[in-house]
Amino acid sequence: MPEPAFLFGQFLGGLTAGMFLFTIAAGLSLIFGVLRVLNFAHGSFYMFGAYLGWQVMSWVGPGTEYFWLAALAAAACVALLGIAIEHCLLRHLYRREELYQLLFTYALVLILADCAKIIWGTGQLSVSRPPSLSGAVQIFGTTVPHYNLFIMLLGPAIALGLWLLMHRSRVGRLVRAAVMDREMLGALGANVGSLYTIMFGIGAFLAGLGGALVTPVKSIVPGMDVEVIVEVFIVVVIGGLGSLWGTFLGALVFGQVLAFGILIMPRFSIFAVFALMAIILIVRPWGLLGKPLR
Amino acid sequence: MSALLELQDVHTAYGLSRVLFGISLQIGAGECVCLLGRNGVGKTTTMRSIMGLTRPSAGRVLWKGRDIAGWMPHRIARAGIGFVPEDRRVFAELTVWENLDVAERAAQRRGPWTVARVYETFPALRDLAGRQAGFLSGGEQQMLTIGRTLMCNPELLLLDEPSEGLAPLVVDRLLEQVGALKDQGLTILLAEQGVDFSLRLADRAYVLEKGTVRHSGPAAELRDDAALRHRLLAL
Ligand SMILES: Nc1ncnc2c1ncn2[C@@H]1O[C@H](COP(=O)(O)OP(=O)(O)OP(=O)(O)O)[C@@H](O)[C@H]1O
Ligand SMILES: [Mg+2]
Repeated sequence: MPEPAFLFGQFLGGLTAGMFLFTIAAGLSLIFGVLRVLNFAHGSFYMFGAYLGWQVMSWVGPGTEYFWLAALAAAACVALLGIAIEHCLLRHLYRREELYQLLFTYALVLILADCAKIIWGTGQLSVSRPPSLSGAVQIFGTTVPHYNLFIMLLGPAIALGLWLLMHRSRVGRLVRAAVMDREMLGALGANVGSLYTIMFGIGAFLAGLGGALVTPVKSIVPGMDVEVIVEVFIVVVIGGLGSLWGTFLGALVFGQVLAFGILIMPRFSIFAVFALMAIILIVRPWGLLGKPLR
Repeated sequence: MSALLELQDVHTAYGLSRVLFGISLQIGAGECVCLLGRNGVGKTTTMRSIMGLTRPSAGRVLWKGRDIAGWMPHRIARAGIGFVPEDRRVFAELTVWENLDVAERAAQRRGPWTVARVYETFPALRDLAGRQAGFLSGGEQQMLTIGRTLMCNPELLLLDEPSEGLAPLVVDRLLEQVGALKDQGLTILLAEQGVDFSLRLADRAYVLEKGTVRHSGPAAELRDDAALRHRLLAL
């Protein structure tokens, strides 16, 4: 039996990984919940967030508090990229079959991956933690970096923020009305097209933010887009695509299964996650907290 | 009289199935006009064509003299036309208050209608303010859809089959309430299969048949002349 301190460390590690994934998955889930588009390129937005964050940092001064500014700037750029893509290209596909949307977002994955290689090359890049969070604390005999604590708090904060946006703000009410009856909302005078664009932008922002914030923990490499989209898909399959709390739960479960799976199957802990996903797909295809599609 | 809304030779189709074959009609400011006709003659389609929900393939829809055919529905709503659909279509998972609030925000048209005034007009809604709209009765949902459209401060109200599926007593109350709106000066276009409801309210009537206007004239004429009514509507 491993020591409690070690188990606690695993738990916190899983929690950190889960909250990183939640930040990204929340955007994917939001976009799907509102626009009914499954955006394969969400992982590419994440990758662009990482590269852009690195780029801004390299301009304003690596290893400084400008990290925060760089992360926000990168996320905002990714949001603008998302808005441009939705406004100019994607919206023309809503009336087509879903297969075309999937193909389109898949094409985006390939195009954006090549763009990233052209701009930033194929080497590894990395960013250091901001000085304010470069320390660590001891909790129950485990060393926990401040930065990880920040990520563990950021996840719930984003969840709460999104919930407030959807359920306590006017824009959120409009978005929920659009999901229920898009045509009727348009007939009442709402410009549903631009509402969708805004939501797509928010979803892309979250992906970009996740990418920019992950840079002190993971190095930036080509292929991180595909790696994360696989993980994020698993998260939303477990939790329920389109459901905010489902996505949150899915991310928590993913993180813990991965962290503790390592103890049982040291090299193959990802298989524990795949197995869980397979079981959920068979027993409850719409995820733990999701709703069956119409 | 220059009409507030005028349809000139409007043709509309759903894909390949053609439904309207040249509808022309006029509505003056302050008038209450009804569209009569049997099942499937194109009353709803006429309203959808006005609202831009189904684009006319030919013809003109003139709103205060401007051709709005081809505009997006939200632009038409913001220009001052309010649509109350036949199957009610409340936002089922939003509360009554949220339904009204969403409509106010959606159209962004200033005017006399506020949530308080909707509650005054339909007092039953006040007590249901926090209830999810999907749980309301048919009559309550009908009041809510009308109230919701009024929150957009329309100058013209398109009312599609407001009495459909409601108990006679509820219909009587609705009739009074819509009558009150008319007395306040709101212009109304009413579509109904049943003649009772509409002929008690309307000033003029158009009778549709297979996507064309079969008859038009004062509502009183149809009200008083049972033989004419029978010939046109076979009721
Ligand atoms: N979305 C649609 N797609 C194809 N055909 C449609 C559609 N909606 C209506 N129709 C057809 O168009 C014709 C006119 O329908 P519409 O709903 O305008 O009639 P209506 O006068 O409102 O009838 P009702 O009194 O039953 O409401 C009908 O034959 C109907 O089957
Ligand atoms: Mg109809």
